[in-house]
Amino acid sequence: MGFGRDSAIALAVLLVFILLEFTGLRSAGLVDFAIRFATFGLLALSLNLLIGSAGLVSFGHAAYFGMGAYSFGLLMQTGAWSVPAAIMAAVAMTALLALIIGALCVRLSEIYFAFLTLAFQMLLHSLILSWIGLTGGDQGLMGGIPKPPFLGVDLARQDHLAAFSLFCLVASAVALRQILRSPFGAALRMLRDNPDRAAFLGLSVFRYRLAAFVIAGSFAGLAGVLMSLYVSGAFPSFAFWTTSGEAIFMIMLGGVSVFLGPLVGAAIFLMLNDWITAVTEHHGLFLGIILLIIVLGLRKGLLDFAFEHWRARKGSQP
Amino acid sequence: MELTELAECVSSMSCVVTQLAAGLTIGMLLFLVASGLTLIFGVLGLVNFAHGSLYMMGAYFALAAYGPTGSFAIAVLAGTLGAALLGLFFERFLLSRIYGQDVLMQLLVCYAIILILDDVVKIIWGADFRNMGVPPAFLHPPFIIGGGVVPYFYAILFGITALIAVALSYGMSRTRFGRIVRAAAVNPGMVGALGINTTVVYAAVFAIGAGLAGAAGALSAPIRSVVPGAGVSILIESFIVTVIGGMGSIGGALAASLILGLTRSFGSIGFPLFVEGAMFVIMALVLILRPSGLGGRRG
Repeated sequence: MGFGRDSAIALAVLLVFILLEFTGLRSAGLVDFAIRFATFGLLALSLNLLIGSAGLVSFGHAAYFGMGAYSFGLLMQTGAWSVPAAIMAAVAMTALLALIIGALCVRLSEIYFAFLTLAFQMLLHSLILSWIGLTGGDQGLMGGIPKPPFLGVDLARQDHLAAFSLFCLVASAVALRQILRSPFGAALRMLRDNPDRAAFLGLSVFRYRLAAFVIAGSFAGLAGVLMSLYVSGAFPSFAFWTTSGEAIFMIMLGGVSVFLGPLVGAAIFLMLNDWITAVTEHHGLFLGIILLIIVLGLRKGLLDFAFEHWRARKGSQP
Repeated sequence: MELTELAECVSSMSCVVTQLAAGLTIGMLLFLVASGLTLIFGVLGLVNFAHGSLYMMGAYFALAAYGPTGSFAIAVLAGTLGAALLGLFFERFLLSRIYGQDVLMQLLVCYAIILILDDVVKIIWGADFRNMGVPPAFLHPPFIIGGGVVPYFYAILFGITALIAVALSYGMSRTRFGRIVRAAAVNPGMVGALGINTTVVYAAVFAIGAGLAGAAGALSAPIRSVVPGAGVSILIESFIVTVIGGMGSIGGALAASLILGLTRSFGSIGFPLFVEGAMFVIMALVLILRPSGLGGRRG
């Protein structure tokens, strides 16, 4: 009974959001939203591999988002790269960065892990700001990014970009899902729940955590590539700590324990943002109050909440 | 990079004195913020990500009080007490609900508080930079030490912050309340069983920590511009201090604050664009070499 009522309320709220999003309040519409959803959904999904599955609260995930965006943008601006080759190179460079930073971070326990990842992210942020010759400093990567068509895909067109972004999101989600269902994923969950026992069984805690860190970083790099395609540039704020904070907020909104939770959270977060921006200029005030209500009221993400109710109800019926 | 200029400065007595004075003053202000943060973490086990916002509120309360009264003492008092009361309010109504929860919950509640306070400040005081200016009472000629210029107000600031630091360490090590607080940090259950109301102790510690942040905000209002969002940069700096110093260690926080203050003042000559980056390099080095920080217990 309680679940039926709660889910009805949740559905009604979601419907109101969708209506507000696509009727009147925002004019840019579906295509624009699809690109942003694919970008931030992928960022949140990749971060949840660390937070939800490996139990590593990274506060520096935006570093790889920024790295992907800047390396892709810089490669394309040389004019010598095709889009697919540049995407692969950008993701590879991001993976390398994640490997170096991860090797230094994953040995540390919870709170120190969070801060060291934050520190490396802010280090990258200040590098971007100070290496003006390469990155354009606080102005960002200006001058646009050339997007030569490939295989009949013309990313300079918004509808093509939206389809391409959604394709990247779906392909990545399938890949991440497979990774989590594999023995590797099971090992990560065991490391999260009981690292001592896992080490005792002969698993290398360091190697598994590092692998998870690099995979999560690579997918965040792909999200960064999509972002730089969307805005046709790259900006220091991509690698700023607030971007990491927003990604964590998205995951918490949707739920950490359900695979698709971060995607639901990303969609709600973007709509919430658009909706609040359209209604009031006091964006942070309203976002903060809503966040407080959700965190102190539900104490977990929406899908976590729904699933627990569903399980409890199933459990109570013989 | 202007490393030659840094080398030139280090070889001249007057430049060293000037930069040393500025660095120590900035470091001591940072220490006030960071000691509040580390105190709250040590006793409540709570990572207060909204600590920088209390610093910002302290500065704004001080501005508001300084306008009509013209007294810097009243302004500092208003900043300290205002931030302490605000902290008490947050602790009672929001943060006490998530004690013992994981870092994520704490992160999100504090993130919400940061967003709300930044906007409230914009609504009340506007989004522009505000500056108090050095109060006329402190417009004295600077001290000249070894050819170096030490502004009068910097010396005053250094004196006040050092006084607060001494009072804090005396309070924590010598008074009954300090002993209760230190005991509560180690074993709150035992302290409660001895008939001491831990809820009150927690609230008091949070209010003291918030008051320290507010005091730092108020004291720095004359030399730093006050702007919405100012909380985040001071938050990150004070986090670096607590991490370098070791979470929960007041002595470590003092050493780390002074190191960062000096990095800031000398770095602004040698590598002006990479000062922020240099602080993170120091933090990363400390964490790699000594993961629990300079003053932290290993374990």
